[in-house]
Amino acid sequence: MNLPLDLWTMKEEIRQYAKDYGLDFFEVIYEMVSFEKVNEIASYGGFPVRYPHWRFGMDFERMSKSHLYGLHKIYEMVINNDPCYAYLVEGSSNIDYKLIMAHVYGHSDFFKNNMWFAHTNRKMMDEMANHATRIRRYIDKYGIERVEKFIDAVLSVDNMVDYHFPDNAGKRSVRVEGEEGGKEADHRFSGVQAPEYLEEYLYPDEYMKKQQKRADDKERRSRRVPEEPMKDVLYFLGEHGALEPWERDVLSMLREESLYFAPQGQTKIMNEGWAAYWHSKILTEKALKSSEIIDFADQHSKAVAVYGKNINPYKLGLELFRDIEDRWNKGKFGKEWEECSDARERRHWDRGFELGRKKIFEVRKVYNDVSFLDEFLTPEFCLENKLFTWIFREQYDKYIIDSKDFSAIKESLLSQITNFGHPIVRVFDSNHQNRGELLLLHTHEGRDLDPKYANHVLKNLVAIWKRPVHILTVSQREEQLWSHNGKEFSAQRYAHPQM
Amino acid sequence: MAIQNIQKDHARFRDIVKGAVRRNLKEYISRGEILGKEGGKTVKIPIPEIEIPRLKFKGEGESGVGQGDGEEGDVLGEEKAPGSGEAGQDEGQHEVEAEVSIEELAQILGEELSLPRIKPRGKSTIRVPTQKLRGIARVGPESLKHFRRSFSAALKRQIAAGMYNYDDPVIIVTREDRRYKSFKEQQSQESNAVIIYMMDVSGSMGEEQKEMVRIESFWIDTWLRHNYRGIVSRYIIHDAKAREVDRETFFRTKESGGTMISSAYTLAAEIMAADYPSEEWNIYPFHFSDGDNWSGDDTSKCLQLLTDKILPNCNLFCYGQVHSPYGSGQFIKDLAKSFGEDDRVVLSEIPDRDGIINSIKEFFQKGK
Repeated sequence: MNLPLDLWTMKEEIRQYAKDYGLDFFEVIYEMVSFEKVNEIASYGGFPVRYPHWRFGMDFERMSKSHLYGLHKIYEMVINNDPCYAYLVEGSSNIDYKLIMAHVYGHSDFFKNNMWFAHTNRKMMDEMANHATRIRRYIDKYGIERVEKFIDAVLSVDNMVDYHFPDNAGKRSVRVEGEEGGKEADHRFSGVQAPEYLEEYLYPDEYMKKQQKRADDKERRSRRVPEEPMKDVLYFLGEHGALEPWERDVLSMLREESLYFAPQGQTKIMNEGWAAYWHSKILTEKALKSSEIIDFADQHSKAVAVYGKNINPYKLGLELFRDIEDRWNKGKFGKEWEECSDARERRHWDRGFELGRKKIFEVRKVYNDVSFLDEFLTPEFCLENKLFTWIFREQYDKYIIDSKDFSAIKESLLSQITNFGHPIVRVFDSNHQNRGELLLLHTHEGRDLDPKYANHVLKNLVAIWKRPVHILTVSQREEQLWSHNGKEFSAQRYAHPQM
Repeated sequence: MAIQNIQKDHARFRDIVKGAVRRNLKEYISRGEILGKEGGKTVKIPIPEIEIPRLKFKGEGESGVGQGDGEEGDVLGEEKAPGSGEAGQDEGQHEVEAEVSIEELAQILGEELSLPRIKPRGKSTIRVPTQKLRGIARVGPESLKHFRRSFSAALKRQIAAGMYNYDDPVIIVTREDRRYKSFKEQQSQESNAVIIYMMDVSGSMGEEQKEMVRIESFWIDTWLRHNYRGIVSRYIIHDAKAREVDRETFFRTKESGGTMISSAYTLAAEIMAADYPSEEWNIYPFHFSDGDNWSGDDTSKCLQLLTDKILPNCNLFCYGQVHSPYGSGQFIKDLAKSFGEDDRVVLSEIPDRDGIINSIKEFFQKGK
């Protein structure tokens, strides 16, 4: 605790307001840091200690520069941990501190209650320090070049984890023999018992061959590792890759960190919206003196400014939460509401349900950004908040507003955040063509992969798997197999093997 | 909270950048836009190697959702910038560009060269760093303790704290009061050197040829200035006539005409005789041309000038010849015939931009 007395009093006051509103948070420890230190901590993703890696230095350089040029200011930084850690920058104004404190209690409540954070390690502060120590030890033993090269390779695929099943990724690939799909439950010839003279009519040769082939395929599939395509590529590599013990350890640490940070990406809009909702509520209803209103409005409007081409998660989340609260207060939901097509009646709809507050608390518990937008984004909301889709037009070298159509906006927004906007890739076979090569499957949903990046990523995968790696994808409406053997990248048309 | 690791990570990042620059030095060195920048300024160099690649969709950042005023078909007031267009994500997708200062580039270039051995001559304007025990530090080995300074620090402290008793003047030196002699880097001036750059700007030298010459002399100039502060540079351009110009003009100029190399050599010899007596100065003339001299007569005049006036007075004479589609390239052969064995003369041919770096190496590998 290094807060001066006045800030400590302020903190206690705001904490009490937050409690009174029903927020249920991890205790928050505020650290006062200088603005240089803030850049350092921010480069480490908010943690005081991370393992040595050059990209932190790169981020630091970028942040310090843009700080120097005044392009960039870090408003708040808070760590999902129990207790929560948050940083206050020395020399900010009291109103900034109030705003940040109230904002941080919103985040802390979200970390504690949102189900997508349920699996995260609440002692990550310690865990990160452990990772740093372990990786440092490996660096001392094996040399920075070797360890760093491996870390670089793993980082390039650290988004290929299963965010939805972080804990049981492994268990799902195990199947007990004898259960469905297992070897012994072989119904190959379990047809109807028939008199011998009817056999060739009931089971003609051709049919029998087909049956035989189907059964064989099934058996071959069950011998394949993984049995079902597996989304957690990183987990798979850790379990089945030909790794040295230290490599396996590094890989598992990086996977853990990736999974730890994932929910923050999964709930960016909600989480920031929730925190913005509460800082604005606490400050305007309770904590502000009347002399501070203008400064607050200034800071708040900066935080929720819209940038045109990019969505501001603070703004979008805040407005959505407010919209939900309003709808549930007025009873704008359910069958009756859905079926009402009279615009005037809809505008003046108020059933006086007053369920809004309860609803938003419920929403913050079970939704993530994808389900949040899918469920609560409405045509009225898009219109009111002036959302649009834009597109880059080569011929003018300009970005153009493309459409204000609700379904276009929703589709584009969802595709931007589904799987973080990353391609979905699964491990399909670890013994491709019986040569111990790794085959990945890209689920093509309308957008082709960029071969330039695929080339580098595959190369990194080869560095981990130590055998050639392939990815089956669709490029220009043609199924293609992209491969890397460690030396060169190749793309060829893929013909399905005869099954 | 102690955070020192970021400095290490940052240093590591700079090392990686430098490594990448070193590997592609040829390419970065031969970029024209660096010209005319002074040392210390930085250039942005795209270094794709230091990006951590992740699987991406084609055409990412070419569509998305935005918010604000405007109707369908309106232009969003933003030009396309490389690497922009992330939406609500933590990590921005930037094309990786690293800032590298010109000095750093020159230093990397210099790692493979040997500096000319500038001899101590004359009144000295070049500063060379030397170390002497001149500074005072608060920490140091006991053997270098500075007693007088330590006691005066203790006295000051005691007076300030009101602990000094005038009747019983006892001074106790505590740890904080101790002062030590320490090394301080000093610039001492030891020698004089002048570089005379001569460039052929005649009609047979195309834009590309001139650009190559400018790039090469720019790096030589930057590198030498980086290592020897206070070095003097003089610039001569010539076609059929020679004239002295300032640095700015030298790196920018566009002229054309016939070629009389002797005019440049005459001027160089005049400058040397007037301003830089050889007993006091290290002199390095560099001449760049496409080797297409006007006449054989002029060439023999050049050889005469070199033998009589220039070579006896200079440390090293460097001639770089760029390939030109128009010229005969005869001059370098003539020079080779006369001075091939003379180790005061270095001849180098520059076939294209990629050859620049080799040519610089040829000039400086002798370390004269």
